[in-house]
Amino acid sequence: MSELSVNHLLGIKYLNKNDIKLIFETADHFKEVINRPIKKVPSLRDITIANLFFENSTRTKLSFELAEKRLSADVINFSASQSSVKKGETLIDTVNNILSMKVDMVVMRHPNPGAGVFLSKHIKASIINAGDGAHEHPTQALLDSYSIRERLGEVKGKKVVIVGDILHSRVALSNIFALQLQGAEVMVCGPKTLIPKYISSLGVKVETNLLKALNWCDVANMLRVQNERMDVSYFPSTREYTQQYGVSKALLDSLNKEVVIMHPGPINRGVEITSDVADSDQAIILDQVQNGVAVRMAVIYLLASKIKQ
Amino acid sequence: MSQKVLLNAKEVNIILHRLACQLIENHNDFSNTVLIGLQPRGTYLANRLAQILKESYKIKNLELGFLDITFFRDDFRRGEKPLEANSTQIDFIVEDKKVVFIDDVLYTGRSVRAALTAIQSFGRPTEIELLTLIDRRFSRHLPIQPNYRGRQVDAINQEKVIVQWDEQGQADTVFLINQ
Repeated sequence: MSELSVNHLLGIKYLNKNDIKLIFETADHFKEVINRPIKKVPSLRDITIANLFFENSTRTKLSFELAEKRLSADVINFSASQSSVKKGETLIDTVNNILSMKVDMVVMRHPNPGAGVFLSKHIKASIINAGDGAHEHPTQALLDSYSIRERLGEVKGKKVVIVGDILHSRVALSNIFALQLQGAEVMVCGPKTLIPKYISSLGVKVETNLLKALNWCDVANMLRVQNERMDVSYFPSTREYTQQYGVSKALLDSLNKEVVIMHPGPINRGVEITSDVADSDQAIILDQVQNGVAVRMAVIYLLASKIKQ
Repeated sequence: MSQKVLLNAKEVNIILHRLACQLIENHNDFSNTVLIGLQPRGTYLANRLAQILKESYKIKNLELGFLDITFFRDDFRRGEKPLEANSTQIDFIVEDKKVVFIDDVLYTGRSVRAALTAIQSFGRPTEIELLTLIDRRFSRHLPIQPNYRGRQVDAINQEKVIVQWDEQGQADTVFLINQ
């Protein structure tokens, strides 16, 4: 078996095609493991992982923690809101203090883009980026592609539209890199104000009409409107956004094909997606959550196997 | 590098039939027994034995599974090469069953140790036995011995025992290779 070409998972843009293939094949094995009566393997029993969350997270943090525990790693958790960061400690100092307690791997979410890359240049541990500002969220993109592969057989040649707040979304950027690396076609769709000006330079199609986008695609990844990152108004009202960019059962039924619906969560029911769509068989939202644990186990396992004793 | 044939196709076939008969002696109709081939190489032997039991000895309802032990090994991060995982296929529970582990070569015993831990994820068997085609003497790292053995071989550490199966495109043969 080959190994990953990288020592950290800082973003999808640092990975190659074979890395993604290896992660998915390993995740297949872990998916089988987490469906056993006893869902735990002892591989990482001599590895300690610190989960550093400088920004709020529920599912990503839970998913990482579960993945680490299912691999038998020792886990320590840290969230910025309850720490000395508030007292003025720098990122490197915080992390070095934690590492001096003999931590092998760091899973970090940080509000600043590039925080993971910066850290990787200053500390010795393996780093997994669990989201850095509006930059990348590589494990989310991996689990999204893994879920597409599971539902449709392969990612290559599929048409995927990412709908919503592309401007503030790290999920969108990581997904674009991951999908293109695997040979899928990517389109972004949303109000012009929420689509970055030069996004077409990444080789993605841009569409502002949701119906046209849905007619084009095999998969629609619905993003949440990130109100907490918006300092000005990007659209007149939530009601107007829903009318133009919300997916409803009636809209999907009007298409002459079945589009797979994804959502990275948390869902704003009734805004970007209605309840009848979110709970339908067309939606693979809960599969994404389950696959998230398997994919994160694979990433952690593969990176840990590169940590020399 | 020299190479010696330990067992040829005919001898392998005789041994497989003997092992099948020994299994029947202890497990009757296999109603309470499951066979588990250890990935990757034990699966060939497990498949072959299951086929012989069904076709030559008319055993019905034989349960056969494959267990991958990669994530239970004790040499993670200790070797040169990354560990390669294989698939586990166990579609039954082993709770209160007799389990027979099947592997081609018993060497240090570490794979079997890993398998003993791994199988616990599928329940608590009443009993676990071990069947190997080749038992390498004098090389055990752990107190593990087979219940059924095809052939015992005295091989020193520089020597390697290779089992080759018909399913891989070559005739059934067991080689002793001196590196």
